[in-house]
Amino acid sequence: MTNHWNDLANSDCILIMGSNAASNHPISFKYVTMARERGGKLISVDPRFTQTSSKADIYAPLRSGTDIAFLGGMIKYILDHNLIHTSYVQNYTNATYLVNPAFRMPGENNGLFSGLTGNKYDKATWSFQTEADGTARKDLSMKDPNCVYQLLKKHYARYTLETVSRITGTPKDKLEEVYRTYAETGKPGKAGTIMYAMGYTQHTVGTQNIRAMSIIQLLLGNIGVAGGGVNALRGEANVQGSTDHALLFHILPGYLKMPTASQETLAAYNTAFTPTTKEPDSLNWWKNYPKYTASLLRAYYGMGCTLDEAYGYLPKIDGGVNYSWLTIFDKMYKGKIEGFFAWGQNAACSGASSNKTRNALGNLEWMVNVNLFDNETGSFWRAPGTDPSKIKTEVFLLPCASSIEKEGSITNSSRLMQWRYKAVDPPGEAKPDGEIISELYCRIRKLYEKEGGPFAEAITRLSWNYGMPDGNGCIRKLDVHRIAREINGYFLEDRTIDNVTYKKGTLVPSFALLQDDGSTSSGNWLYCNSYTEKGNMAARRNNHDRSGIGLHSDWAWSWPVNRRILYNGASVDPKTGRPWDTKRPVIVWDGSNWVGDVPDGVAPPGNGRKPFIMKPNGLASIFGPGLADGPFPEHYEPFESPLQKNIISPQMINPAIKRWDREGTGTAVDSRATADNNFPIVCTTFRLTEHWQTGLMTRWQPWLAEMQPEVFIEISPELAKIKGIQNGEMVTVKSIRGSLDAVAIVTRRFRPFSIDGKIVHEVGIPWNFGWATTKLRQYAQGDKKPDLFTTGDSANLLTPFIGDANTMIPESKAFMVNITKKGA
Amino acid sequence: MARKIKLFDATKCTGCRACQLACKQWNNLPAKQTENRGSYQNPEKLSPTTWALIRFDEVDSGVNGVKWLFRHEACMHCTDAACVKVCSTGALYKTEYGTVALDSGKCNGCKECVSACPFGIPQYDPSTQKVYKCDMCLSRLDNGLEPACVKACPTGALRFGDEDEIMSAARERVAELDGGGYLYGDKFVGGTGMLYILQEKPTLYSHLPTAPSVPTSVIVWKDWLKPLSLIAPGGVLAAAFLHYLIKGPKVVEESSLDKKGDA
Amino acid sequence: MRITRRSFLKVSGAAVVAAGIGVNLDPVKAHAATLKTRFAKETTTICPYCGVGCGIIVSTRNGKVVNTEGDPDHPINRGALCPKGGSLIQITRNKNRLDTPLYRAPYAKEWKPVSWDWALDKIAHNVKKSRDKSFMLKNSKGQTVNRIETIASVGSSALDNEECFIYQKFLRSLGLVYIEHQARI
Repeated sequence: MTNHWNDLANSDCILIMGSNAASNHPISFKYVTMARERGGKLISVDPRFTQTSSKADIYAPLRSGTDIAFLGGMIKYILDHNLIHTSYVQNYTNATYLVNPAFRMPGENNGLFSGLTGNKYDKATWSFQTEADGTARKDLSMKDPNCVYQLLKKHYARYTLETVSRITGTPKDKLEEVYRTYAETGKPGKAGTIMYAMGYTQHTVGTQNIRAMSIIQLLLGNIGVAGGGVNALRGEANVQGSTDHALLFHILPGYLKMPTASQETLAAYNTAFTPTTKEPDSLNWWKNYPKYTASLLRAYYGMGCTLDEAYGYLPKIDGGVNYSWLTIFDKMYKGKIEGFFAWGQNAACSGASSNKTRNALGNLEWMVNVNLFDNETGSFWRAPGTDPSKIKTEVFLLPCASSIEKEGSITNSSRLMQWRYKAVDPPGEAKPDGEIISELYCRIRKLYEKEGGPFAEAITRLSWNYGMPDGNGCIRKLDVHRIAREINGYFLEDRTIDNVTYKKGTLVPSFALLQDDGSTSSGNWLYCNSYTEKGNMAARRNNHDRSGIGLHSDWAWSWPVNRRILYNGASVDPKTGRPWDTKRPVIVWDGSNWVGDVPDGVAPPGNGRKPFIMKPNGLASIFGPGLADGPFPEHYEPFESPLQKNIISPQMINPAIKRWDREGTGTAVDSRATADNNFPIVCTTFRLTEHWQTGLMTRWQPWLAEMQPEVFIEISPELAKIKGIQNGEMVTVKSIRGSLDAVAIVTRRFRPFSIDGKIVHEVGIPWNFGWATTKLRQYAQGDKKPDLFTTGDSANLLTPFIGDANTMIPESKAFMVNITKKGA
Repeated sequence: MARKIKLFDATKCTGCRACQLACKQWNNLPAKQTENRGSYQNPEKLSPTTWALIRFDEVDSGVNGVKWLFRHEACMHCTDAACVKVCSTGALYKTEYGTVALDSGKCNGCKECVSACPFGIPQYDPSTQKVYKCDMCLSRLDNGLEPACVKACPTGALRFGDEDEIMSAARERVAELDGGGYLYGDKFVGGTGMLYILQEKPTLYSHLPTAPSVPTSVIVWKDWLKPLSLIAPGGVLAAAFLHYLIKGPKVVEESSLDKKGDA
Repeated sequence: MRITRRSFLKVSGAAVVAAGIGVNLDPVKAHAATLKTRFAKETTTICPYCGVGCGIIVSTRNGKVVNTEGDPDHPINRGALCPKGGSLIQITRNKNRLDTPLYRAPYAKEWKPVSWDWALDKIAHNVKKSRDKSFMLKNSKGQTVNRIETIASVGSSALDNEECFIYQKFLRSLGLVYIEHQARI
């Protein structure tokens, strides 16, 4: 989230699209309700009429996988009616930049941007024209036909109400009502916000869905202001923190890049990832990249080696190769992975195409699963229909402590880091995850110290000072405060900066003071300022709101440097420094300082500094050449679609996705059924209030199992009639990859879509279920057996093994199925 | 002490069921095995172990439209509380907050309250031979806390406070909704201690009586016979006998109040 | 300054006894009921489910959780909780929690409870064996890569920040590159 939960109350118009916040983030509705009480509008755009829709002023249905068409139509509406926030667009975005005249767009290039070879774009033409001094050539009037603004206009001119409605199935009057209502927030002083979640991301065009909405927010001047922003509602308590701390293949903590094989030295690595700019008024914050790298390497390997040596210890990935989730399970399926940690995860239910995932686990030599409860991953070898005597995988199921049985911090969706305390001991022999990690590390290190092995120093020289070692040199009881301090970072030598002396061993007060010479450490530069000599900032509990707009700046701590609204420099007029919205100002110039939120890189009013400081040119990208699949979002059909052809162009699907279903690259389980009469119904997945993700934690809880005991499928009355299905009957749902039995909920909350004159049905299934807590599975003596059973398995049995072109997040929100009455 | 009442504003309810769960949590009520019957609503109805329930109703609206209605069902804490009137042991009683509480120790399982309640709230448990229902979290009220369901509600759809304050807030809200809200509970059984602002007409909500009243037999019982029963030793038996004469034998099923189908 | 929202109602000292009409309409003032959280120790925590980050107060007595309830001082949830957060007590007071390491040998039909020492030693040996067998010092182009491609890890957004940090630090020291978690799905 660029903004935060309480800030939703400041919004004049809340668009909830790609999220069912009322069900999945119920407390967010405290603030959505407040916004509505203050006269704000709520718009719900969703294939299903959800609990969110039930409270909306406007509900607009759309066929799953057509968000870009829907939003593209909104961009066109805003431009056609000149509803943009002109000053914002001119000063804070790259709308004025002139693009390479050789650049071609889908409307003139068979549905493709210029430069495609195979499934990769050569982005040479996706570039800006430059002046002699190296700065970008601009047209402040935004009239040049090659300027971003005009290209945007040209690109989305194709997204007429008529065309959009044919693609999305949304009635034209609903489209117009949504566009008109939301575009109202383009007026200076008005704020509109987007709340989205996996309904945007789980598509082959997921990143571009978000881009499309971000472009709208920029055109309307809605980023950086109170009640605005681009707000991803994160679905897990610490998925923000676990991402910040880089439990992902492509990054190191603080969004530093994972080094590639061609970057042989630290200097080469830093050069590759430290951006430069010729733009005079840009802060270009990432110019500090080498400081963060050096400080991270110190946190990894301490002072016992040089920075270059420490860099050498890091593994290197091959450039251009993807090592993400789908790749892991594809490799595993093909027998290329030997050992596997599924730590606090239930991949057998959460990953796409569960049959492939579950079969892949059987090709491992060994697997470690750390969890609170027995689950479909740890016990995959004894799933119904599986013969354990044929599965070689050695499995360890380790019991861990729950959130109230250990101490530490988590970071919520709005980057707010909050401290949790231990209330009780974990049950039996269960241990905090951190202690399991520490003990495992110590044992492996000892093995390498004793026996040696390839590149053993990377392990043995790692710094690991998180508590008192026992007689064997193993740290069993972790001091999590030591880790929190290491993440923040220390001065490793005495340093004097701006006439202030910082003694060796003191905590660095802010990342602005981190150094590139190895004299500071910081495990994650974004968290530098979270645990300082003033104490543990995440544990702060002063709930007074001195801002008047709900920032609650003294409660806990948010990255970066306790800023609550990102890009808040864009909330003020560039010339006068006056807030666009004087009633809800985020920052105010008091004559000598900015007061309010922690200002985001802005200099005194009128200074000309650009507010999007993480971009080299300081401007938000309406034209975004960094993505794999195009600088502007373009509608492509989902990988599996009910249509024979894409209504808006000859290009059917996102051309830049990695395919697994073709000869030579995939396997039989990666099959695809598109425009296939055997699978004519669009299917989407969703979550329930009462269960969390795969249900691993919640299905074992009687109260929650009582409220949602069984997997179901929502079906329109029209489809139910065609299929002869009554409400409450069992239905078998099939995709080309798997099948699932579910109870039918026949509901008018699903309506048939009229797509290009043809009726298209859509159904939806919650994916919170799994076989491990069902009544009919085998329970051996000593097995944990739930007090209340749940029925049914994971909806991911049906989902396709295909990912977004940029992130490789699977397309779990739009795929094709068929349904029959069970046994029919 | 001013009477305390609860307000359920359906126009703010998202059907998240925080209230339903908070009730179970605070009152240590166990869960029972359920199944999906083609609805989100579960358990199907109130029971000795479910004292608050969100009911889900779907209503057609227009060509392509639908309305999804949520209703917090729990004891209405009537001013003119039929259950209290018929309770021969004093197990059901009016508290100083104007709420209807239940002292399980005194309940003899006669089930009179079950048939007397116009809302179908009290629930008889054959295994303990006692009746159970929402007591508005009496122990919390006694300690200055709001009921658990009200505290848990994310959106402020549930509110609790002094009758005057809640009543005027409710009227204000209904006026503000300008035809989009219906006040329910102020016009019968002497006024209910839980007031509804409904999003649609009461007739569109399942299992909600549109004109609830205290049964005549109960009025006779309460006003004429029960005072005797509580005063005179042995009166309970005598009164029960008289009650039998008036009403005849009645078998109360545990779940006898399915007047309408649930969504 | 802190605002506390814990006391919702003013507890009135003396109940006003209304003159009732009928016997049963008189309000009854029993002695004030005792809260089940009385004398319990309170610990603050943050909900382990979605990304809203609601505050919860955990009440414990004699090392057992007796109540979990929304933290009224928390500026986001202000005491409210959804049904998942509201059920937190059932995570910890749950006889079905895993409470001992379990081991399943190749081709075995059941779990076997094992000691931590045994399990962690065995896992450490497995890691070393797999790593030593397939560790890549160079890639096919001859560039230094120092990585292991036959071990993978997924997890976890269910870990605390401090645990996430040391987990990725540990995995990267082994040379793992297949490091992923929930954010990718």
